[in-house]
Order: sequence, then C-alpha cells, then structure tokens
Amino acid sequence: MALSKQEIAQRIAQELQDKWYVNLGIGIPTLVANYIPKNIDVVFQSENGMLGMGPFPIEGEEDADLINAGKQTVTILKGGSLFDSAMSFAMIRGQHVQLTVLGAMEVSQNGDIANWKIPGKMVKGMGGAMDLVASAENIIVAMMHTDKTGESKLLKKCSLPLTGVNCVKKVVTNLAYLEIKNNAFYLIERAPGVSVEEIIAATEGTLIVEGEIPEMKF
Amino acid sequence: MINKVVKNAQDALLGVENGMTFMLGGFGLCGIPENCISELVRLDVNNLTCISNNAGVDDFGLGLLLKKHQIKKMVSSYVGENEEFERQMLSGELDVELIPQGTLAERCRATGAGIPAFYTPAGYGTEVAEGKETREFNGKMYVLEHAFNPEFAFVKAWKGDTAGNLIFKGTARNFNPMMAMAGKITVAEVEELVEAGELDPNQIHTPGIFVQRIFQGKDYEKRIEQRTVTQKS
Repeated sequence: MALSKQEIAQRIAQELQDKWYVNLGIGIPTLVANYIPKNIDVVFQSENGMLGMGPFPIEGEEDADLINAGKQTVTILKGGSLFDSAMSFAMIRGQHVQLTVLGAMEVSQNGDIANWKIPGKMVKGMGGAMDLVASAENIIVAMMHTDKTGESKLLKKCSLPLTGVNCVKKVVTNLAYLEIKNNAFYLIERAPGVSVEEIIAATEGTLIVEGEIPEMKF
Repeated sequence: MINKVVKNAQDALLGVENGMTFMLGGFGLCGIPENCISELVRLDVNNLTCISNNAGVDDFGLGLLLKKHQIKKMVSSYVGENEEFERQMLSGELDVELIPQGTLAERCRATGAGIPAFYTPAGYGTEVAEGKETREFNGKMYVLEHAFNPEFAFVKAWKGDTAGNLIFKGTARNFNPMMAMAGKITVAEVEELVEAGELDPNQIHTPGIFVQRIFQGKDYEKRIEQRTVTQKS
C-alpha cells in the first residue's frame, strides 16, 4: 500500500533528532509536527518570525497577531521567541536550523527542486523556499511519487522553473524513501507492500537499487 | 524631546504622490498598516510601486489598492490568496517582481543600513538570478542583490511613543522593523500611542530615529486569514 500523507509525515518524523531546530513547509511537512518521537525535544521555526511554534489555539483563543507561515492561527510554546523577518532568514541562511522539510512539484536526480511556479498557470511566488533550499544542509522533500495522471515527479531533469539547484539529499514519497547522490536516486526503503518494480516504474530519473530493499517501519 | 506625532493618517501621508515607491509592512494580513492603506485608497494615488511580502486578499489589505488599479508594480515573495492580483498579473496589467522572502527582508534591511548590495545564496541557478551578478565564495555560488529606494515606508506597531519608538506584538513584527529603517519618510501607525518615557527603553524594537511620523491608528480589523483551532478535549 502506498503511504498516506500522514504516513509520509510519520516516516519523516523518524529522522528528527533531539535538540534540533526544524522548519516545516506548508502541506505534508506541517503534519510532521504530529509525529515527534517521544523522548526528544525539537523546536519548530516559523519563517514569519517565531521559534517554539505550538499547536493551533483552543477555539476562542485565536490571536490575529500570532500566525504561522501558512497564515494559520497558532500558539507559542514555553521558551519560544519572536523576531523580525531579517533575523528569521539569518537563522535560515546562517544554517542555525538543522532540518528543513518541504514539498515539491518535481525533484531531479542531481538534487534540483521545483516547487513555486507553473508558467501561465500557477504563479504564487516562492515565499521563503528559495532561501531555505539554498542554505539548508539537511533538506527532506515530502511529495507524491507521481502526479495525478501517473507521471513521475522524480526526474532526470526538472521541467518546471527551479527553486534551488543541487540541494535535495533525501526524498520521502508515498512509495519510497530515497537518497540523492552521484546524480541518481538511491532506493533506501519501500512503503509497506510496495514492490521495487512498482517504484522503478514510477521513477523517471536514474534509480539505483542495491541489494534487498527493506520496508519502512512505523 | 523630538515629537513625531501627527494627528491622523491624513496628516501622516502628506507628500504622497502618484508614481511613488512604498514599502508596506505585514505578513499576510498580520501586522499590516490598515489605516495607511485606507488613506492611500482615499487619496486615490496611482501608478504606485509597492514593496510588501504579500498583496493582501481580494477585499482587504493591499487588495483594496489593487482593486482600484492604483498599483503599477508589486515587489513580493508570495502572492497567493488574491484572485484579482492573479488576474491582473496574468493579463499583464500589473508588473510583478517575485523575490525570495529572505532576500526581500535583507534588501529592506540593507536599504536602511547603508548597504547598497549584498550576496545571498537564495535563488542561485534559478530565474531569480537571471541577469544578476554572481560570485563564488568558499566554493559556493551567491547572487548580488540590491537595496531599494522607497519614498515612504508604512509600518504598523502595537505600541509606540511620541518620540517614535515602537514595540511590535507576536508575529505582527515580521517586515515592519526593516521597512521602518528603510523609508525616506517612515510612517508608523500604532494601536496604542503613549507619552515618551512610558515605554521601557529595554523593550523597544524599533528606535524612534527611524520613524518620522507616528499616529494613533483606529478601527483595527486585524482580520485572520486562516482561522485554525484545536477542539477542547
């Protein structure tokens, strides 16, 4: 069975380490916050100017002055802090954030990512994604392996305008966990019940399969 | 004591003309200068270049200026949530420069800090870097980005005093402090205006030196774009 969006988030959450500062993008990445492993402490950074982002507020306690990068009302946890946008991106470009999780429309085998624009169709802007991918040492992309028509989104070369070049090293899709190196996707784990053949068929870019590929564990 | 107080938005926007470049604080609808935007609508100035992280929604924030075709060019990082904006952009009525959010913040900061340009890794290898100078430092490539040159900056703070000192609240701080530094004339509207001396100097986010005019705002709507809540268990 291919993973649900929640399960993709759950698998990514297994990569979190104690004392990490983490920036989660909009969409599947946001769900990662629901699956933080017990016994570790991580702090979520919201690029609009907050460290220590907490869950949504209890109904009636929403504050228009406390939102996340998706413009949703949130809370701030004990030990959190607030700051301006220049300082926020100083944290990001200055590599003080240990992990960035973001979504993508396409990823290529050399680690390029496209997630901000479909020419003539969707032009919403890159927000903070270009700053994040240009600087982060540790980026995990959360995405579906194929688009709605079944076309692969893991490509030899991205067809859409790029967000960043040579920056993605890990991808978790609904089918697999892959690493990017040596200009190829390396298959590390399969979604439970998904065969290597299915993953090969769904991957347009060069896919390296070495030895037995284990199933993800939850 | 230098007193920066003006009576209202009307006085604060004296000197605003067609064709000018403005910075407007805010992230989404959080921390936007609501009173200044209303006054820009009332003045009906047009041909404006607006530097702001977002472009409001159809019926609020900068969307109000867009609806009246007062804006010639937007400089932003993210412009979703606004159908009229998308329509004007795709039809070519509106000139749009999309730039990475951190680059936008730093360009605002640089403007006020006397830095004409700086190198950033954001956007290297993408269409954002097209036509821009690039350079390698320590094996990594960077793009040269320039400061802005706005005539006015409009910012919104939670509290301010008569000397122009500002304190922001929550994530409504966002772009406001850097834009306050950057305006040739910076106009600050505040939810609560107090006498100089009443704010603790240790708590000031934006020192009054950056603010030329300050006024007590009114009728704040502080609209929430995405109301998300946790149900009581």
